[in-house]
Amino acid sequence: MSLFFSLLFIVATLVLVIGLARKIFQYARTPAPLKIPTMPAPINQAGVVMRLFREVVFFESLFKSTKWTWLFGWMFHLGLLLVLLRHLRYFMDPVWLPIQLIQPFGKYAGFAMVIGLAGLLVRRIFVDRVRYISSPSDYLWLVILIVIGFSGLMMSFVVHTDVVMVKSFFVGLLGFDFGTLPLDLPLMVHLLLVALLMLLFPFSKLLHVPGLFFSPSRNQVDNPREKRHIAPWAKAMEDQQS
Amino acid sequence: MAKADFETPELHEYVDVPAVTEGTMAHLSPFVAKPDHNTDLNFPPQLVEDWHARALDKLDDLRSRYRGLQVYLDSCVKCGSCTDKCHYFLGTKDPKNMPVGRQDLLRKVYRRYFTFAGKYFPKLVGAEDLTRDTLDEWYSYYHQCSQCRRCSVFCPYGIDTAEISMAAREILDSIGYGQKYCNEIIAKLNKIGNNLGLPGPALQDTLEGLEEDVEDDTGVAVKYPLDQKGADILLVTPSADFFAEPHVDGLIGYGKVFHEAGVSWTLSSYASEAANFGMFIGSYENMRRVSLRIRKAALDLGVKRIVFGECGHAWRVAYSFLNTLAGPFDFLDPDYPVPQHILEFTWDQIQKGNLKFDKSANDDKVLTFHDSCNVARATRMGNKPGGQFEIPRNVIKAVCNNYVDMHHETIGERTFCCGGGGGLLTDDLMEIRVKGALPRMTALRNAMEEEGVTHMAAICAICKSQFTKVLPYYGMDMDQIVSVHQLVSDAIILTGQDDDEDGEESENEGEA
Repeated sequence: MSLFFSLLFIVATLVLVIGLARKIFQYARTPAPLKIPTMPAPINQAGVVMRLFREVVFFESLFKSTKWTWLFGWMFHLGLLLVLLRHLRYFMDPVWLPIQLIQPFGKYAGFAMVIGLAGLLVRRIFVDRVRYISSPSDYLWLVILIVIGFSGLMMSFVVHTDVVMVKSFFVGLLGFDFGTLPLDLPLMVHLLLVALLMLLFPFSKLLHVPGLFFSPSRNQVDNPREKRHIAPWAKAMEDQQS
Repeated sequence: MAKADFETPELHEYVDVPAVTEGTMAHLSPFVAKPDHNTDLNFPPQLVEDWHARALDKLDDLRSRYRGLQVYLDSCVKCGSCTDKCHYFLGTKDPKNMPVGRQDLLRKVYRRYFTFAGKYFPKLVGAEDLTRDTLDEWYSYYHQCSQCRRCSVFCPYGIDTAEISMAAREILDSIGYGQKYCNEIIAKLNKIGNNLGLPGPALQDTLEGLEEDVEDDTGVAVKYPLDQKGADILLVTPSADFFAEPHVDGLIGYGKVFHEAGVSWTLSSYASEAANFGMFIGSYENMRRVSLRIRKAALDLGVKRIVFGECGHAWRVAYSFLNTLAGPFDFLDPDYPVPQHILEFTWDQIQKGNLKFDKSANDDKVLTFHDSCNVARATRMGNKPGGQFEIPRNVIKAVCNNYVDMHHETIGERTFCCGGGGGLLTDDLMEIRVKGALPRMTALRNAMEEEGVTHMAAICAICKSQFTKVLPYYGMDMDQIVSVHQLVSDAIILTGQDDDEDGEESENEGEA
């Protein structure tokens, strides 16, 4: 069983990294032939960095739009961030000081995460417009994430898993040293779904993570009059026709 | 024109987000382009036999050339943020008029043929086959989008439905399923020089008529020159400005401003159109071909500057794309932005103190201002972000005593489209135009009741035509829509102006 998880996580990591890299490469390689920032837009690069920062950290556009979705979405993502940072302790020995400091917050952030997800699920089911646009996969993502969060909270607060053993498994795996995992049900469910998430990430709507950074309506500078912007294929067309 | 068979929505204090009602607008599609108009634009004359393969090829081609399209197709998480932001959804209740609903019509096909999940688990991710019915659905709903970008303001990833609509229309054009209104107009422009098909002599005639009118009115010989070589400024303005009301009053205003500023200017019969419908159909090639006319006119006439008249989508193509499509403009005077908006020009002259106004000339009105969607969310004026909101208001306030804004959630970057933008300003789409105007009509009616507003000023030929047509549906008067430069024109005091008709002024003169 432990060997299965060792192999699963190696494969999942490869799929996640290679899949995402391919997607990022595709986005980076595809030109944006026209200046289409949503205006008013920053007039220099520093402004664009700030715009993306506000978008990534505070979900600025969503905040403008609908406060409930913003609240639940932001709770979930912020909770997830703290939880992920806290989980770094299972991959390093000794544990970095910042990660040690996050520990108390990271433990409870799991609740924020699950509450946020539950809010999003309720919204998806009960708001007719959101229900209309939802596919089975949209519900499944929320369910998967809720179960991941819930099983994690179970291990933290109800049926403790042997985290020392888990840690030695993952630290070992980083050096391709296949160890053993405690065979607890919450842990099995937790790890299985995390691996599934990693496997599906590059093929799903989770691509919104790299997508935001490549979105021309958010990452372009408003300077079309000052600086001529032209895509390679458009330049080729121009050279051919003139 | 057959009187359309539909009910105009009722105006309430607020625009309530409607309950989703499927299929309310499925019946509406614009007229299909005639073969000639398609071939003029290098599209197949009619729907090709192998449309299935060619549509998918085109989608594949577009996503490899437009990063926005690729990112937008992938990134949507179906959060629902955009679902209540489109004026066409608010006015029709049809979920395929929600921005994400509209995007999904293309996205489900993208997923089916180009993604792992959609190829192997189509039901799970909402992927669907491309069928003949899909084409009709695209044709219907992608011509119920005015490409106003309001949804992109509220999307956490900036997904812009306008980009998706443009791509879908280009796919449809590439298989011979184009829209009559847009394609006919582009063909006309390529042949004659403007969307309305007004030939040079007709323009000359109109402009001479304007000169006479202005001289009769003011006693000052304001010129409206056409094809005058060696002029400093080439004015490119939407062709509706040559004859439609209230557009032409704006054109009269531009001429008076140029006259008072003491600059030489000219219109061009070859490039007698500011609007560029190539953008509506998402065709870079056609948009470029239209834009190159302006470059050629500027070179042929030997001007130093290019100024654009009041037109929303035109200003988008001019401000954001002209340098890309038809640049570089290194043969023009580098001291001025290329191109400039007429409002930038006028505001600059006002700040320099070169223009004198009698603001009381507009005292019969209480004004408000409709931010045109494409000016607001796709362009800028001046050198600060948001200048596109401030400069028009500054100019209005410089020439009018009574100005109030409409509700803050309906102006600025949140402005609602007039309902007729993006290639929808055609009688065969009257139903969606009227219903899509609901949010703006509501805001205007509230401003009338609460603030005593009598007139709404606009800076877009489409907005002006659309409101003229749609205001009466909502029980308001078509004359309530005015051009910003019409207000300028009415208030400006020309040097040497004959004041006889102005009672107050002549009394003062008598006393002096």
